[in-house]
Amino acid sequence: MSAQDISTRPSTTEAAPEGEAGQPATPAARGVGKRLAMTVGPVLVALALAGLLLMALGVNPLTYYTYVIERGLLSPSGVQQTLTRMGPLLFLAAGLIVSFRAGIWNLGGDGQFLLGAVAAAASAPLLAMIMPAGFAVAIAFVIAIVVAMLWSLVPALLKGYQGVNEIITTLMMTFLGASLANVLVKLIFLDPGTTVPQTRTLPVADRLPRLFDTTISSGLLFGLAAIIAVHLMMVKTSFGLKLRIVGANPRAAIHAGLSVPKLTVAVFALSAGLCGIAGALDVLGVQGNVRADWNPGYALTVIPMVFLARFNGYASIAFVGLLSVLSIGGESAARRLGVPNDFTLLLVAIVLIVLAIAEYIDHRLSKAAKV
Amino acid sequence: MLSPAHHPGEAAPIIELDGVTKRFPGIIANDSVDLALRPGEVHVLLGENGAGKSTLIGMLSGLLQPDAGQIRIDGKVQSIGSPSQALGHGIGTVFQHAMLVPTLTVAENLLLGGPWWRRPNKEGLVEKVETLAQQLGMRIKLDALAADLSLGEQQMVEILRALLRGSRVLILDESTSMLSPAGVEELGALMRRLVERGMALVFITHKLREATAFGDRISVLKLGRKVGEIEPGRFRELDEDTLMAEIVEMMFGIRSDDPESVAQVPGPVDDTIAPLFSVRDLALPAGPNAPGLSEISFDVRPGEILGIAGIDGNGQKQLAEALAGQRADAEGSITLDGAAIDGLTVGGRRARGLRYLTDDRLGEGTVGSFPVAINFFIKEVGAPPYWKGAFERGAAIDQRAAELIKDYDVRTPSRQTPIGQLSGGNVQKVVLARELAEGARVVIYNKPTYGLDLNNTLSIRQRIREVAAQGKAVILISTELEEVLGLANRIAVMAEGRITGFVDNGPDARMNVGRLMIGISQ
Repeated sequence: MSAQDISTRPSTTEAAPEGEAGQPATPAARGVGKRLAMTVGPVLVALALAGLLLMALGVNPLTYYTYVIERGLLSPSGVQQTLTRMGPLLFLAAGLIVSFRAGIWNLGGDGQFLLGAVAAAASAPLLAMIMPAGFAVAIAFVIAIVVAMLWSLVPALLKGYQGVNEIITTLMMTFLGASLANVLVKLIFLDPGTTVPQTRTLPVADRLPRLFDTTISSGLLFGLAAIIAVHLMMVKTSFGLKLRIVGANPRAAIHAGLSVPKLTVAVFALSAGLCGIAGALDVLGVQGNVRADWNPGYALTVIPMVFLARFNGYASIAFVGLLSVLSIGGESAARRLGVPNDFTLLLVAIVLIVLAIAEYIDHRLSKAAKV
Repeated sequence: MLSPAHHPGEAAPIIELDGVTKRFPGIIANDSVDLALRPGEVHVLLGENGAGKSTLIGMLSGLLQPDAGQIRIDGKVQSIGSPSQALGHGIGTVFQHAMLVPTLTVAENLLLGGPWWRRPNKEGLVEKVETLAQQLGMRIKLDALAADLSLGEQQMVEILRALLRGSRVLILDESTSMLSPAGVEELGALMRRLVERGMALVFITHKLREATAFGDRISVLKLGRKVGEIEPGRFRELDEDTLMAEIVEMMFGIRSDDPESVAQVPGPVDDTIAPLFSVRDLALPAGPNAPGLSEISFDVRPGEILGIAGIDGNGQKQLAEALAGQRADAEGSITLDGAAIDGLTVGGRRARGLRYLTDDRLGEGTVGSFPVAINFFIKEVGAPPYWKGAFERGAAIDQRAAELIKDYDVRTPSRQTPIGQLSGGNVQKVVLARELAEGARVVIYNKPTYGLDLNNTLSIRQRIREVAAQGKAVILISTELEEVLGLANRIAVMAEGRITGFVDNGPDARMNVGRLMIGISQ
């Protein structure tokens, strides 16, 4: 491996956005090619390793993978489900990108997601009775955003003004948030019309519209818009640059006169707000209500995708798509082939481990070649 | 000056580099360099920033592999594939920045790196350390936490660690740059005792006086090539001034008697002129590892350079931060051109024309992973014309960055190169451009030439004079007395967070400043 390859590679934490122009063409192209290899390579290795596991389970890996692709991507109903699922996941990815690029590790996405979902599920059906459905859904989104933002306020203030490690506080708050969401569903927002512990259901007609004649929720488009907007905000705007300065070198941010505490709180609000929208989107676009004990754990599953994408919004779309295919296909495969549903998570975990090993080796090599 | 008592002539070298070449993208860091490290010699390596010293050290300590040429150890061709192999060959390196674990004691730090299955042998260590420390006249506090040691003490521990691991070759990479003058003398004496034990030392420094005082042999690197060597024989024959002139000739190709000396000493400025910048009763509470400030008052007139001298760590950094607005807990009044600015934020003070050039250029002055171009603007993110509304105007930024790169002679492969990859001198030029290009009225320099090579040091000092000559008020914080005496009109001496006295620059200034510094430091 030549020294050129190594030194042009940006570090993981500060994934250089492609948008910043003016790089000489050859090293840039080489950098992109290398990054692609460093990303796709581990995925392929992980698929092979997971295949070995499948063989140990007595399932032909090729059958499994073919089935997953078939159900998640190729069959008409499968691809529609996949695209629908991408909506909330893209919002989560957008929320995570904002915070991770600012050097803030918001791991409380699931709590924020669930509280946003419950807030939307509790408000939308009631509002829809007194106003046009469109207004009701819009207001429900706003309520979800506010609730999720409020939920992030404690970690935000602790981090911004006291320097308390946000990894710990957000993780703790996510458990509390999931429990609180449950309590709210079971005790306060319970649908009196049914014996199942769940919120009132938003009629299908009042939910977010579907795209054309498909079952794809329009949430997909909102999700795509959100993640692209977040990417452009981080790369092209002064606010995004301020956040990246805080993320890359907090001391330089103080030296440059940025108000790090206020920016920290803003990051939390944005990140949590986007996670809250994700929850509301799943409810108002797909589920229609929130059942007790419902916690799909999307946020924690999206984190590896965002890392694989090096916090790049466009790449995140691809990885979120991959995750959706795997999870939709995996759910079908679980029913048909008897492979547990969690195998998707296992696959993601293996990808991450392989990626970490690849990063480690690459780091060792580049360190050996650096001055 | 130390006079070497013993010279073993041309002993067989422990390590020989033969035509060693190392390339990096776009540059040849080392171009067939020959170097021999002999026992009993302090081999001084001189060169500007980017001359290839660090690369050479990297290859000797196993961090880098040469692209061409060979390394012979005890006459046999060997490869140094990793730092642990380097240690195995008896090559120890003490890097510029201390590498001790701050939360462990000195003894624990010294015991690190042993085989994991063996119990650390503290008793054996105490015995060995006592013997070594006695022989070498070092004072080692084994039970102190590494974090509580001064930089000089940390360096002693690192040298000791290298000795405990049986090093025959010891590389000291800019070890004096962080030390007080007394610490430098102490290190020089220690180096002499180490070579008397038959070790080979490599000593890297930017200061010619140290090179001539402590060295036996000098090699000069320039743009990756070795451009000259002064053998021990000649080294002893020449007097210090001739030696320095010869080295300067080798390094820069220009002969000058003493590059750091200044012909005219700046005198005090007319004190009837109204001050541009005034500080009254500035105070700051002490932190866990930092001194506070108390009762700091001074005026700086337009065109005046106020030097702030003192031993490192006596509150200079805190003073600069308080003036720049980075410390919310500072009290006291600060006025710029008659208007109070102590209530303003960092950005507000900057907008009034206050500029602070930090000494921690990569730690806080710049964002290492960001392109050079963006680092010119990180103190005015969002300001027109480089941002329009919220949006970055890449073309405007690139164009201005290109101008600044040219005007300030920043040597960078491209505008998009992460600034962390540039040499210290070039990073400092970026910082200078950012702070001085527009709107500066009061400029605070904190150790502006720290860690820079002679060429950059001289050009930055010249720039400081020019800035003052433009009628700006300049505050120059420096731990190098020469720098303060060469530039400042008036000198304030700082100790333990206070200003202990002011001295007008002049023939007696050196003695008076020295007295103030010593009087307090004891």
